[in-house]
Amino acid sequence: MLTTEEKHKIDHEISLVPSPKNACIEALKIVQNSHGWVSDESLKDVADYVGMSPAELDSVATFYNLIFRRPVGRHVILVCDSISCWVMGYESIRDRLYEKLNIQYGQTSEDGRFTLLPNCCLGTCDRAPALMIDNDLYRDLTVEQLDEILEKYT
Amino acid sequence: MEKPLTQHIVPGRAPLSLKEYEKVGGYQSVRKILKEMPPADVQNLVKASDLRGRGGAGFNTGLKWSFVPMGPEAAKPKYLVANADEMEPGTFKDRVLLEGNPHQLIEGMIVAAYAIDASISYIFMRWAYKVAAREIIKALDEAYEAGYLGENILGSGFSLDMHLHTGVGRYMCGEETALLNALEGKRANPRAKPPFPQVSGLFGKPTIVNNVETLCCLPHIINNGAEWFKGLSKTQDAGTKLYGISGRVKMPGCWELPMGTTIRELIEEHGGGMQDGYLFKGLLPGGASTDFLVEEHMDVPMDYTSIQAAGSRMGTGTMIILDDQTCPVGFVHNLQHFFAQESCGFCTPCREGLPWVEKILLALDRGEGKPEHLLTLDFHTKYLGPGNTFCALAPGAMEPLQSALKYFREDFERHIHEHHCPWSKAKVWQPSI
Repeated sequence: MLTTEEKHKIDHEISLVPSPKNACIEALKIVQNSHGWVSDESLKDVADYVGMSPAELDSVATFYNLIFRRPVGRHVILVCDSISCWVMGYESIRDRLYEKLNIQYGQTSEDGRFTLLPNCCLGTCDRAPALMIDNDLYRDLTVEQLDEILEKYT
Repeated sequence: MEKPLTQHIVPGRAPLSLKEYEKVGGYQSVRKILKEMPPADVQNLVKASDLRGRGGAGFNTGLKWSFVPMGPEAAKPKYLVANADEMEPGTFKDRVLLEGNPHQLIEGMIVAAYAIDASISYIFMRWAYKVAAREIIKALDEAYEAGYLGENILGSGFSLDMHLHTGVGRYMCGEETALLNALEGKRANPRAKPPFPQVSGLFGKPTIVNNVETLCCLPHIINNGAEWFKGLSKTQDAGTKLYGISGRVKMPGCWELPMGTTIRELIEEHGGGMQDGYLFKGLLPGGASTDFLVEEHMDVPMDYTSIQAAGSRMGTGTMIILDDQTCPVGFVHNLQHFFAQESCGFCTPCREGLPWVEKILLALDRGEGKPEHLLTLDFHTKYLGPGNTFCALAPGAMEPLQSALKYFREDFERHIHEHHCPWSKAKVWQPSI
């Protein structure tokens, strides 16, 4: 069930576009913001609300890599794996995260704290390697900084 | 040296507030056009300035606008969209403008919207630019408050709304028709052209999509004129350009310099030269989807015309350096993995061809390459080239591949003959998903 607050926010987005369907990505973002991801149930709720079939909405949801259709941890780590970060040796960062969190890309740590995902280009190539945790960008990264950075997220 | 676009941007300092921006001449161009320049005059001035699109295509901006139907019979509302998606790997120039001076972008957008008589505008920005989003929201509030946006701007009768839209990923969104689909809440597949967005764009209405840097040039062109703008350049292409360098140089970064600054000056003076222990091997001049240039091109001016004559594209003007200790096959493999993942899957050559290319490069990287693999790569550069796919993604992907096969063919062959990557194992590109 969409909450009153979610409906209120979605209504605002719908008011800005010609048809409710046009606001479907914004609606997915709103739901993801409150739940961390978009479950099948949420997907159906949003589809009903904006007047689309769940299948049609899912074709949109699964197209975009930052709409999560599987549960994620409390924090999402996006490791830039694009060309400049690769040239500057991002693999040592990735491997340390694998080891420290005991997970691979696409997985969530056992304590539910972190989900680790690769990401193409964070647009900060002059300060590679880089990663993002939730809304925070970290750049000019070295393996040594990782412990301290991860400690900020509980 | 004049640096109109970045003169008020100080790294580490918050961008100018509206009041501060006005004090240094901000929003003068809006006052000027509303008072004394009809839209046609703005279009003609920008056309005469030779401003070319800074997103990569390099099309004359004023000419692009001129295809928008004008007058009372034209479909309404018309839209202006700032393309702030900046997802080309290796590119980070628009971030500088978005975070550093959001009012300059808003001012440029008002000029562009006025020139095509648009009443609704969007800033389509990639999700990763969180600082920029915060600053733009603040600046939009100030601009509405001061009457530069909204109904009847400065009493002129011209009205314009402006919204920030942040995306949810996918490189495709940078392609202008795919961007419009994303804005409409659809999958970001590109659209067939014609009809061109100028006639039938967002929600089927006339629409212009301009790059952030392009839009940021506009206030300065209005204030100082077309001849001044042309005079900023060292070569035939007008203006200044935000150039960037990433890779193994001493001081990677982004600089506003006269259009036509040479590759050598960029790398040696502004980038500080190669890092100790690394030698220059090649570069992509304007992002992941441009052809390699090599040592012999060091004195080529970085402008649309000269880079094209050298066999590549200026693209976004932010270059990625390939050094001697990085495997060129691994470099291209990383790029093709990116393009294969980011293909929207709509047309067959791109959807099927790019993963095939990636698979071959993986085999080469692992020492499992065969001589015939190079021929397969060669024909892909033709079959996925211009004219064979629905949009420019796959042809763009083929640019670094075809030029790597040309300039670094020996390195490809060594992978096959030596049955392993001659570079250190750590530098083999290993896609994880």
